[in-house]
Amino acid sequence: MKFLEYQAKEVFAAAGIPTPQGKVAATAGEARAIAEELGGAVVVKAQVPIGGRGKAGGVAVVKSAAEAEKEAQRILSMEIRGYPVDEVLIEKAADIKAEFYLGVTVDRARQAPVLIVSSAGGMDIEEVAATHPDKVAKVWIDPLIGLRPFQVKEACYRAQVPPELIQEMSGFIEKVYRVFKEQDAILVEINPLALLGSGELIALDGKMETDDNARFRHPDAKGVDEQAEHPLEQRAKELGLSYVKLDGEVGIVGNGAGLVMTTLDMIQRHGGKAANFLDIGGGAKAEVVKNGLSLILSDPDVKSILINVFGGITRCDEVAKGLLSVIQEMEVHVPIVVRLAGTRAEEGRALLAESHLATAESFQEAAKKAVELARA
Amino acid sequence: MSILVNNKTRLLVQGITGREGAFHTKQMLAYGTQVVAGVTPGKAGESVEGVPVYNTVREAVDKHGVNTSIIFVPPRFAADAALEAIDAGIELVVCITEWIPVHEMMEVTAYARAKGTRLVGPNCPGVISPGEALVGILPGGIFKPGPVGLVSRSGTLTYEVVNELTTRGIGQSTCVGIGGDPIIGTRFIDVLRLFEEDPQTEVIVMIGEIGGSDEEEAAEYIKTMKKPVVGFISGRTAPPGKRMGHAGAIISGNTGTAESKIRALTAANVPVADTINEIVDLVEQRLK
Repeated sequence: MKFLEYQAKEVFAAAGIPTPQGKVAATAGEARAIAEELGGAVVVKAQVPIGGRGKAGGVAVVKSAAEAEKEAQRILSMEIRGYPVDEVLIEKAADIKAEFYLGVTVDRARQAPVLIVSSAGGMDIEEVAATHPDKVAKVWIDPLIGLRPFQVKEACYRAQVPPELIQEMSGFIEKVYRVFKEQDAILVEINPLALLGSGELIALDGKMETDDNARFRHPDAKGVDEQAEHPLEQRAKELGLSYVKLDGEVGIVGNGAGLVMTTLDMIQRHGGKAANFLDIGGGAKAEVVKNGLSLILSDPDVKSILINVFGGITRCDEVAKGLLSVIQEMEVHVPIVVRLAGTRAEEGRALLAESHLATAESFQEAAKKAVELARA
Repeated sequence: MSILVNNKTRLLVQGITGREGAFHTKQMLAYGTQVVAGVTPGKAGESVEGVPVYNTVREAVDKHGVNTSIIFVPPRFAADAALEAIDAGIELVVCITEWIPVHEMMEVTAYARAKGTRLVGPNCPGVISPGEALVGILPGGIFKPGPVGLVSRSGTLTYEVVNELTTRGIGQSTCVGIGGDPIIGTRFIDVLRLFEEDPQTEVIVMIGEIGGSDEEEAAEYIKTMKKPVVGFISGRTAPPGKRMGHAGAIISGNTGTAESKIRALTAANVPVADTINEIVDLVEQRLK
């Protein structure tokens, strides 16, 4: 689950991490009221679950509440890299003396969390790492002992954090790591982490992404669902289906993530494009097939459907019977190609031959047929 | 010979009384695997398909000389089950369970390394050495003994390739499903090392997919190998930023793309097949 900036900051504040004073607004009028309440210069920031909003014009610093209203109006009408802006965060403008970068994320290759600290804040950290590697300190954390004080200090020294700030910075880092652990996060990032004129360290921006597998531990978490952007993806989520909407015209149903991904690749190889990814899992259970097919049939982009199933422990003749009973109950308005492979595939195909479904023996033949039918 | 599992495997099934655990215990026994014990806390004294059930892994290990464990425990409790198996000193732990939290998996993989246990998975179909032992949920009927070692992040793609291999008369030494999660116990490079040392294995098939950089890391090792490797990468047309079914199958920024993996494999002189049939063609050529 991805957290919008203000959602992440709420979590930070609850963990004792200093954040700027501010509130979120859904209308320009609300933005104005918040700016009036805060008084003085404020920042108006688009709340979208994606980076690069500054470059896109989604952030404005203004001097008055009237200006805040005007800018909020403009930003709320924007779409940033495909995400419409529904909310803006209005915050008191900060008196920034220096900017740092602080992040904790999961390093897949090392199978451990990694703490990243840099004294070059406010910029794209990957760019800084590429151009000034000496300014970026990375410290890997052994999951069995957690983050230790010596590592925090090491990160600060290597990132060239000024000596007088190290103690406060260390406390800040420890709090952020605690959030990372407690929230089951796969990313917590503060960029910039600012040193204010008052000498205080503060999270000026905030980004957080948590592990969906651990959602049962965080029933009240408030974030946005990254995988459910399209209405059809939202519907799939409700049905418990592993589905991704794509921009082609051939609807895909298959069992196993690798098999379905390869099916998408084969469609493209034969000159078509897949309309979706849908993995119905092992055994092709009737209820799941039915939900999956009805979802795909409700997609107006779909011009043909390819059902690609490998029968392993579940035999293909059983899969075929299941498919037939499901399809007979449904209103099917586009051509369907079925490819069965594996245990008792021939028997399965023989059963389907009596229906109006097109069958295919090989992966290639199936993909080719589905692409041709989508064009017809 | 073969790798990881064989006729000396003495298997413990964790979560044996559950629906999946019981079903696959039956399948594994039917394949000829020595399933010697099961564990479900609170169910000691029961039996599943004639296999005695214990409350703890320690007890099962003490009584039956277990050397391998397979986990069918639900996601919330699976990491704890894996830690229990590692703690009991079991050499090989195969974790089938999907949806285990990432933070717990980082702890489990670190503990396995510390204790010298080999963990396969999670979110994997398991391991089979055809004709010797099945430790997993793979459909045993499509496999046959032979010279091809296979390692894959995907279950059903493994079945597709094996089905085609077997249909064309080519058998397999061992097939290892390493799992579709971002944090997994055994990676491509680990299995390639084992195949390189295994006298039965002559050609290796490696089935990768988008996400992470394990294929790139494996490619570096392949440059030093004597045995031929044939590659396949799925997800060439997957959009960035979307998880394609597997938790680990996601392109983030510039990392994890199919192009990067294909480039790395090509640089290691590994032919990367475009289709399943081509994988088998390439294997056939290398066996001759």
